[in-house]
Amino acid sequence: MLKYMRIPSTAGTRDPERSRFFHRLWAVVRYLLPLTALILLVALLTAGLQRDPRLVPSPFIDNPAPGFDLPQLRDPARRINTQDLKGTATLVNVWASWCAACRDEHSLLLDLARTSGLRIIGLNYKDEREQALAWLQRLGDPYETIAYDGDGRAAIEWGVYGVPESFLVDAGGVIRLKHVGPLTPEVVESELLPRLRETDPRPANGAE
Amino acid sequence: MIPELGHFALILALVIATLQFALPLAGAQLVRVRWMALARPAAGAQCLFSALAFGCLIASFIGNDFSVVYVANNSNTELPLPYRIAAVWGAHEGSLLLWSLILSVWMVAVARFSHAMPLAFVARVLAVMGIINVGFLSFMILTSNPFARQFPAAAEGRDLNPLLQDPGLVMHPPMLYMGYVGFSVAFSFAIAALIGGRLDAPWARWSRPWTLMAWIFLTVGIALGSWWAYYELGWGGWWFWDPVENASFMPWLLGTALIHSLAVTDKRDAFKRWTCLLAICAFSLSLLGTFLVRSGVLTSVHAFATDPERGVYILGILVLTVGGSLLLYAVRAPRIVDTGRFNPFSREGLLLINNCVLLVAAAAVLLGTLYPLALDALGLGKISVGPPYFNTVFVPLMLLLGLALGLGPLTRWKSHGGRELANRLRPVAFACATAAMSAAIVLGQGKMIFTFLGLFVATWVLLSTALAVRERWAHQHTLKGMMRALSPGFSGMALAHLGFALTLVGVTVTSLYGAERDVKLAIGETAELGGYRFRMERLRSVAGPNYDATEARIVALREEVVVAELYPQKRIYRVQTSPMTEAAIDAGFTRDLYVALGEPVGKEAWSVRLQVKPCVRWIWLGAMVMALGGILAASDRRYRFGLRPAPVRLDGATDPAA
Repeated sequence: MLKYMRIPSTAGTRDPERSRFFHRLWAVVRYLLPLTALILLVALLTAGLQRDPRLVPSPFIDNPAPGFDLPQLRDPARRINTQDLKGTATLVNVWASWCAACRDEHSLLLDLARTSGLRIIGLNYKDEREQALAWLQRLGDPYETIAYDGDGRAAIEWGVYGVPESFLVDAGGVIRLKHVGPLTPEVVESELLPRLRETDPRPANGAE
Repeated sequence: MIPELGHFALILALVIATLQFALPLAGAQLVRVRWMALARPAAGAQCLFSALAFGCLIASFIGNDFSVVYVANNSNTELPLPYRIAAVWGAHEGSLLLWSLILSVWMVAVARFSHAMPLAFVARVLAVMGIINVGFLSFMILTSNPFARQFPAAAEGRDLNPLLQDPGLVMHPPMLYMGYVGFSVAFSFAIAALIGGRLDAPWARWSRPWTLMAWIFLTVGIALGSWWAYYELGWGGWWFWDPVENASFMPWLLGTALIHSLAVTDKRDAFKRWTCLLAICAFSLSLLGTFLVRSGVLTSVHAFATDPERGVYILGILVLTVGGSLLLYAVRAPRIVDTGRFNPFSREGLLLINNCVLLVAAAAVLLGTLYPLALDALGLGKISVGPPYFNTVFVPLMLLLGLALGLGPLTRWKSHGGRELANRLRPVAFACATAAMSAAIVLGQGKMIFTFLGLFVATWVLLSTALAVRERWAHQHTLKGMMRALSPGFSGMALAHLGFALTLVGVTVTSLYGAERDVKLAIGETAELGGYRFRMERLRSVAGPNYDATEARIVALREEVVVAELYPQKRIYRVQTSPMTEAAIDAGFTRDLYVALGEPVGKEAWSVRLQVKPCVRWIWLGAMVMALGGILAASDRRYRFGLRPAPVRLDGATDPAA
């Protein structure tokens, strides 16, 4: 079927030698195209295998959290802004009801909210309000407050690539940790909680 | 002892698979008949040992042998017996074993039903299938041994993932694997033809029934999976564009294209290279699907075994198999010549459109599935590509496919006059437009354009297929004559197209007019949705074999008459302590009532999700009709060439079934 493809245009050259050369070259190259596609795909998959999702550098680490001022998800009449983050260490979690990976980390967030005493604030990203609320009703709601970022503008300020992402913001409103992708128990144990203890010497759990 | 026996059987199967690859292939190249003749008995022996290994794993599950790590991780003494057996393929190692067993079953089938083909061709086909199984058997033995032991044995098993404790799981993966792995037959036929240098019409005719069989299994498998997700995952969706679903859908799209393209190669001696490439790609995407699911490169709702080391191994298999075959293609393809010529407007031309649309659809799904991975690899972070992308791309493609699909059976091979066809189809187009328009006006609700488009294409497929049948009947006046005028091949095609129309109606109506509502219901309270009134009657606790549940009784009323009683449950599985929503569904031809329990609100009330889903059954009904059409087409007498045994047996052995 590839024979119905046209030979690359050599219009303007009108050199028969040259056109024959391209003709021959194309005759060889076109059968190698599927193989080339495979090589590209494999390169991609290999890179994907070796990547550690936690190693995404962020210029936001140790800088004050970017400004935002958004309506709340549960009650559009009320608003939430950067100032509300201050006072206690907070986990800002970017999520959406259409995001499959968010479902994976959700039970972990519920556990965190219940056991660690860490305040969790949601940033609902490019979502429909009703769907987001229905999602929370179905799966449980770990968030103290949720900012509704329907057009994703605040997420741009925060340098969000995709959902889910989580930021640890200390009591002074400075970002201490950024995690791209769903949170896992290992990430919480080896990164989030140690960093939380560093930045916030008070025991996170009142019972400790 | 049993696990060791299973392990040993696996190793033997690997040794036989290696022989099955090396000797028949060398025999075919060097024209050694005895070496070639080894292929068939080797396939039988390999299947025997794979089945033995599989049986050993089943025995370990039934006997609750928790010294086997895999059993301890996926079973429990309280797990009911049918699920203990289904748990064999409930996780990574066991499902690989199933994969490998099914591959050897296909091999035996090829060995059995190939007596009309030249021995050298059969030897090459079985050799290629043998090397594929070498890859998977060695993968299992080296990185994911299902028979690995632990001492001391675990006192109790960790139980099967509750999501998988369902009759759907018993059937879904084996069906899906039959389809996935079945494409290895078409793949091996293509490779054997490339090695032999004869990519011709007989090759296409031999491939057709095998491709159809694989496609039938895959169709049923995907439909079962969608149905299972619908009632088991508890939120009433029937397709999520999840990477694992996409992994099964891409081979289906290419397999569908392959079936059509094989028809052209068989009948018209055209599209040869294209068909060959499609056969390679369809199986490659099956392998890619396995890689994506098993390696953890993508985050997915049901990627249950993720391990980078295993990912590297599967990637290796993928590179060798697909890379090797594409290299072979690059070397051999320039010498393949098509003899069939055709005008752009002809059945070939329309089948070419079909192929292109299906290929673009598969590429779009592949792009959407790999895009997050590509961004991640380029250092741009992890993202999730959602249904908005897939729906935007997919809907127009399927509508276009439907339009071409209606025309295909009505056109002639080689060339067809456009005006003549337009005259025949004018009344059909008019009837479709009228029907779709009136339906759109009646249903309305501001979704008229999409309703019209979806229903127009569905009725277009329906009526133009009916027209094709009627034209075949033009000079038949007796029932017998009518039956004879429709060959199984033609009626199978008509039935499969009808199935496509049914699915299209289901998807259109459900997506546009499905209603859902999340409400809080206490006992005695009611909620209205889509003309129904749902009343919570009572709540009670139920104890299952390995779970505890809260069960609600909710009745659905229509004009004060009870039309359905629904008993949704919220289960807590004791071992994994994970909550599971068991939705209650009142199924119907025109609508499903779907009720799922959310969370308890206060003491006596629950949040409840109510859904009315019109015509949702049509989606799976259509898939079943498509599969039936496939079965009918595969039963065509033209394909019964493989049953006759070769007149002279070269190895002196007797075939008991002959």
